[in-house]
Amino acid sequence: MTGSAVADLLLAVDGVTVDFDGFKALDNFSLTLQRGETRVVIGPNGAGKSTLCDTIIGRVRATDGRILFRGEDIGRLPEQQIVARGICRKFQAPGVLPNLSVADNLALAARRDRRWWKSFGFGIPVGERAMVEETLDLIGLADRRAVMAGLLAHGEKQWLEIGMVVATGAELLLLDEPTAGMGPAETSRTADLIRDLGADRAVLVIDHDMSFVDQLAASVTVMHQGRFLKQGSVAEVRADPEVAAVYLGHAA
Amino acid sequence: MPDAAIAIPPRATERRLPGARLRRFVPWALLALAIAAPFLLSAYNLNLLARFMAMAILALGLVLIWGHGGILSLGQGVFFGLGGYAIAMHMKLADLPAGELPDFMVWSGRESLPFWWQPFASPAFTLAAILIVPALVAALFAWAVFHRRVGGTYFALITQALALAFATLLTSRQDVTGGFNGLTDFYSVFGFGLSRPAVAKGLYWVTLAILCLAFIGLRLLLASRFGMLLRAVRDGENRARFLGYSPTPFKVVAFAIAGLLAGVAGALFTLHAGVVAPALVGVVPSIEMVVWVAIGGRYSLAGAILGALAVNLARDGISSAMPELWLYLIGALFILVVTLLPNGLAGFARARFGGEGRA
Repeated sequence: MTGSAVADLLLAVDGVTVDFDGFKALDNFSLTLQRGETRVVIGPNGAGKSTLCDTIIGRVRATDGRILFRGEDIGRLPEQQIVARGICRKFQAPGVLPNLSVADNLALAARRDRRWWKSFGFGIPVGERAMVEETLDLIGLADRRAVMAGLLAHGEKQWLEIGMVVATGAELLLLDEPTAGMGPAETSRTADLIRDLGADRAVLVIDHDMSFVDQLAASVTVMHQGRFLKQGSVAEVRADPEVAAVYLGHAA
Repeated sequence: MPDAAIAIPPRATERRLPGARLRRFVPWALLALAIAAPFLLSAYNLNLLARFMAMAILALGLVLIWGHGGILSLGQGVFFGLGGYAIAMHMKLADLPAGELPDFMVWSGRESLPFWWQPFASPAFTLAAILIVPALVAALFAWAVFHRRVGGTYFALITQALALAFATLLTSRQDVTGGFNGLTDFYSVFGFGLSRPAVAKGLYWVTLAILCLAFIGLRLLLASRFGMLLRAVRDGENRARFLGYSPTPFKVVAFAIAGLLAGVAGALFTLHAGVVAPALVGVVPSIEMVVWVAIGGRYSLAGAILGALAVNLARDGISSAMPELWLYLIGALFILVVTLLPNGLAGFARARFGGEGRA
């Protein structure tokens, strides 16, 4: 990576608190992400990982603190504009559009102009076809392009949704449990895919499968009860007594 | 997020069943029969067919919003009524000697025409009102509900309340709406005498032409990216939103188009039936409209047309013999279709014979 770290700072979550009627899902939480960085956020159930994603994409609004994307405070932008700035999220349960083909799922994601009155054309505009093809190759579903997304295998759905997130042209990808329900072979393929993606984007992954986190070889942020607990390499985090205490009773 | 919530069989492209050529021929044969109907049917039966075709236009709108948009409306009677009352008001005024009031206003003791009746003396205004008012009311209503992110069952209940309020309002303002009896006794429309057989045939063809136009227009719309996005919002509103689309406009536009079609259907129905009344636009008829489409198949435009025609034909036969039986029968039919044929007759035909793609 070249250039100064500051210039490549994509995301800064700055002291964000999300208060659900007295329950603090996020409590003065901070995190920064550079371009080219892949970060895994782990933590026991209820640690606030999904709320973190929700807050970044504008589904949940922060009670306090700021969310900066490329220096701009996006905390009050409508969801559509946050996507337009270059942030896209894969949901925990695969959110593919089941009654559209694989290619059409990607085509909708790849649309540059998403206003409703620009939707009365047919097919995929020429300018967006390349993105669809590229993404089909990337996620390895090129030969499944005409299949209805609802008929894909579970792992394929996860890949398709990752592809949709990529096809939006987003620079910051939020991947919520991308390996949920996958076997070891699929998990390792997903890790390869995400490592590729991280090269010129920023990727925030939520997962608690430690073998997957190992394969990603990314730095890890540990959350606990909405707060920042630890950050470091997988090995460092594993060796940490505080983290072990939090995970006691969890498979880690 | 619901995933594959709607169990629709995949497009049967690789399956080429025998008789594929015959199947392609069927719609054209039906169209030819429909065009020739004025020469084949008695005046009474032609009038019935024309009414049912008007209703089929409304049914097409339900395929758009319910089948492809996932928006269940139990209040399409409102938009049907707006179109119907618009043309009825015009016809009440058109045959009136200058300075006189429509008969029912005189009977209720009114002495002057309400100001909002007056522009309906103009044919151009009336036509514009039929095309604009139901669509506009539908758009404003849908926007008010959807931009607050209310949907699903709540939306259906609100539309039903709207139908109830509309019918109640019509019934209670006897002096300006004709009350329970509605508006009736029409003699001419835009200068054509309604009792002339040639005019009846002409109006039938106009209805058929509008039905065909609506069918083709919606087919194109459903095949366009708008149709894709409507289905995307139906199956995964959050996914669409967080791909950067604003779901509300797609639902509002679809609902407005369905409102427009219902309004046109109401106007045509009123022409053929010679009456428009609260009992034709309230809660029960609004639910029946949904039943036509459920039976025909809510993902299929052709299915909705056939559903509207078949159910209304059955209704005409059964309710003239045993009126009290009809409601039970249509209720039973609805339950049967929803449990056994969730994609209606069109879904059954497709599974059995293959052919035309689905949503």
